[in-house]
Order: sequence, then C-alpha cells, then structure tokens
Amino acid sequence: MTIDEQQKQLIAQFQLLDGDMEMALQYIMELGEELPGITDEERSDENIVKGCQSKVWLIASLENGKIQFKADSNTAITKGLVSMLVKVLNHQRPEDVLSAEIHFPEKIGMNRFIGTQRSNGFASMIKQINYYAVALSTEKSNA
Amino acid sequence: MTQVAALDVSTIRKEFPILNQEVNGYPLVYFDNAASSQKPKSVIQALVDYYSKDHSNIHRGLHTLAERATSGYEQVRKMAQTFVNADEPEEIIFTRGTTESINLVAQAYGRKVLEEGDEIILSEMEHHSNIVPWQMVAEEKGAIIKVIPVSNFGELILEEYENLLSEKTKIVALNYISNSLGTINSVQEIIEKAHHAGAKILIDAAQAAPHLKIDVQELEADFLALSSHKMYGPTGVGILYGKRELLEYMDPYQGGGEMIKEVHFSGTTYNDIPYKFEAGTPNIADVIAFGAAIDFVERIGHDTIQTHEKELLEKAMEGLNQIEGFEPVGVAKNKASVISFNINGIHSYDLGMWLDARGIAVRTGHHCTQPLMDRMGLEGTIRASFAVYNSPEEIDSFVDSLSQIIKKFGK
Ligand SMILES: Cc1ncc(COP(=O)(O)O)c(C=O)c1O
Repeated sequence: MTIDEQQKQLIAQFQLLDGDMEMALQYIMELGEELPGITDEERSDENIVKGCQSKVWLIASLENGKIQFKADSNTAITKGLVSMLVKVLNHQRPEDVLSAEIHFPEKIGMNRFIGTQRSNGFASMIKQINYYAVALSTEKSNA
Repeated sequence: MTQVAALDVSTIRKEFPILNQEVNGYPLVYFDNAASSQKPKSVIQALVDYYSKDHSNIHRGLHTLAERATSGYEQVRKMAQTFVNADEPEEIIFTRGTTESINLVAQAYGRKVLEEGDEIILSEMEHHSNIVPWQMVAEEKGAIIKVIPVSNFGELILEEYENLLSEKTKIVALNYISNSLGTINSVQEIIEKAHHAGAKILIDAAQAAPHLKIDVQELEADFLALSSHKMYGPTGVGILYGKRELLEYMDPYQGGGEMIKEVHFSGTTYNDIPYKFEAGTPNIADVIAFGAAIDFVERIGHDTIQTHEKELLEKAMEGLNQIEGFEPVGVAKNKASVISFNINGIHSYDLGMWLDARGIAVRTGHHCTQPLMDRMGLEGTIRASFAVYNSPEEIDSFVDSLSQIIKKFGK
C-alpha cells in the first residue's frame, strides 16, 4: 500500500468509531500493541525523540531500499500514536517518506488525544522520521 | 466543639453553571480543583455587573463611575484584609496571583536585604513559583538556597529545618498546603522558628485559601501570598499580605502610574503602601469579582468546607485502597482534600486520558513540583483534588471508572 492508501485506511477506521472517545483510545492502544517491539538496548537515550512529554523511542533502518521503523513508548496511548505514524510510513522508500503529506492526524482529530501541548511532541516524531529518511536516502545513494 | 453546619451539595452545585454539562457523553466530574476551582454564579455576575454598570478607571477620578469602581475595588481590599485577618487594609496588595506576589517579595524585599553568603530556606515540596523567583534573586545576590527535606510520608522533616536555620538565614519561603501532596504543613511552628533565627518568612497560601481559615496575625506571618482562582474567584488576581513595616521598608517593584506621589524629571516620590506596589491600571473587574468569591467562601464557612472535603477525602481513600496497584504518594497525617497517586504498571498519562474519556478531570504529571517528584523518585502522579461542590457520588463514579479502566490494561 502507498502512504496515502495507508492514511485513507486509518481515517476510515476512525470514522467507524464515530467520535467515541473511549473506543478511540481502545483502538489506539490496540494499534500500539501491534507495533514491533524494540530491545532493551534499543531503548536507549540516543533513540529518544526529543520534544515529547512521554518517552518515545524511534529507530529506523534500511532494508531492500525501504525504511523499516521500530518504536516504543512508556505510555500505552503514546505508543499507539507513534504506531500510527509507523503504520503509515513503514516499508516505504526514503524519498516517498520525505515527500509524503501527513494529513491523517488532522482527519482523525488527533488533538483530542494529545492536546495542544502534546501536538509539539507529535510534530517532533514527524521531524525525527524525516531526519531518518534524509539520512537513509544518502546511505542508499552511497551504497 | 463548635457545631458545623452540614453542607447541601446539590444546592451548592446549582450555583456553579459549568458543572452542569457532559464531557465525552458522561456527566462532568471536576477533580482538578487544586489547579483551579470553578466559579459560582455570584462571581460571574459580579464581572457582568461591573462591566455593565460601574466600570471606569479607579482613583483620581471625580465622576460617579470612577467613584463606584474605586470604592468597589477598595472594598475588596478590606474584605481580603478580613479574609486573612490582617491588621490593616494597607497591608493587602493586589497582584496577578501567588506567583506575582512571590516575585514581588523576592525582588522588592529579597534584593534589598540579601547579601553574598546569606541563606534562603525553601522546602523540597515547593511549587516552582516558590522556587524560581528565589533562585533568580539568589543568583544575582550570591545568596544560597537551602532546602528542607520531605519524608517518605510527604511531610517536612522539621529537625532538618532546625539544623538549616542560622544567623545567615534571611528568608524562609514555604507552602502552607502542598499542591502535589495535600500535606498541611505546621506553619505556625515553622514561622516561630524562623523568627527565632531572625529570618522573615513568606507563606505560599495558594492551596490553603480555599480549604482553611488563614490568620496572618495569629501565625505572625511576615508575607503571605494567595490566588483568587483557586478559591472560586476569577483568574488574574491574587493578594500579597505583608506586615506594614516590611512593606514600607521595601522599594517599589514596578514603576508607572498609581504608584507615585509626584513625578518630575528631577526626581520622583513614591506613593504610600499599598499603592506603591500597584503600578498601572489594576485588574479592577477581577478584583471586584474576587470580592464575590470571598463572600462565597465566608458564607459557607471554612469549617463546613473542611468537614465536607474531609469526608470526600476519606471516602476516596477508602475506595482507592481497594484497587490493586494503588500507590498513594504523600500520606501525611494532616492533609487537605488532595490525593496524589499512581497505579502500579500504568502510566499516569494513560489513566488521565481514560478518565477524561469518561468525563473525569484530574491532573497528571509533576504538578509544577519537579524537585518533589525527583525526591519521590517519580516522573509524575495522578492528582485528584476535591472542592466544596464535589459529591460522594462523584467519588464513587471516579473509583468505579478507575477500576474499569485498569482492567483495559490487562491488570
Ligand atoms: C502551592 C502553589 N503555589 C503557587 C502556585 C501558583 O499560583 P498562580 O499560578 O495562581 O500564581 C500554585 C498554583 O498551582 C500552587 O499550588
């Protein structure tokens, strides 16, 4: 699936929840549980996304020209939120990640789950993903 | 023993229009009172009335509206005087709130008296508002900050306080009630000891004002700060109480209109207290509505409020103690209606979000007391804090919701 198709699917899922806050939280936490786990070693300070109120670890690697994201958080809901980004952007080429227009947070009313203060944290995650994509695209072209 | 009138919560709730609403499909349960309380109709109406009928700039005006606004404003100074039992209305300065009151003392008193090597004593359970202003002045003056430690129960270790006091101590600044733990500190004793060492003391009464009767004369407090918005009044107003001789000794904190007697380019003479510290057009409307909040608290009475809140606290603790993994943070013997806790294995942010999804407003995080969280070895807590309008039914629904939410985490 393309990044846009992934976003579309996520938005459709949230539409089914019909604005019910509890169902949305439940769904977000379930998404978090689907996230591929990270090792204790990877759960290090250097993998922490700066600017988030909760702890978020985000790791990226290149496999067959595509980015493989792994993430974790110390809170179940934040883990679900980062898992949405991973879900949408995983297994895509770095250049596609860089040129992607991430519009699903707005469409699913992300602010209700993170609050305005935490929007900064979410923006930090996107920024970190872009850093990785830039780094990995140079790695790819140097290969 | 004095007879305390029982509180009719359902009648009181009718005075708070904001409580009558649903949040996320559930009736709102507002347990974030330590951050800010809600406002009764009388306070809201006072704002409307003031702007509809009486508004004008105060002091110096000759016309009728100026006179009404001025007398309304000065009337509240007298009410605040009575509220904290100050000796004279001139000892009450209107500020933006506790934070500004503390900054005022740090700048106008601290800067004047502190010399290199002098000491300021704070405690490990202070709100950032009662830490940072002192750090700023300490850095400028080369003064040293000493900290009274907190026990595992969330109480100040007073023996350590006595050890910290010396002839170098110039200022002690301490909260009356901890916003994070609810601990009611033995301020009377602490003030006495500070005075014995020759120090002046500021009491941060932000959390005390809504819960218990403050008496600055009985306490012999040198300075005392509080915020209107935590005691059912509007935001943007608070008071600083200071003993006359101290306020007179202090230099102005800000310059501008109102705080002067005469201004010439050859020199300016300052006004008397309290005006010396009220530069510029003050927050007249909110001061006047603060008067309505004082009325509200005094109409119900601190004794009645305390009895009611104690019942809520006990009921909540009884319910929460049944929950597996419940870890209270701060179990002082003498406590206001604030419960800080964690649930073992679940992040406070997750619980806060889930409680909100059920219409229950609590606060999560460090509550502006990071040094205290460091001391307790915690990132943060969930804090439920109760006010006069909270009901036993709300406690039930909070405890029930919490147990149901915990199940979602597979606990
Ligand atoms: C103990 C304590 N001190 C100071 C403050 C600061 O009050 P304000 O923000 O109204 O200035 C608060 C408010 O959270 C508090 O709880």
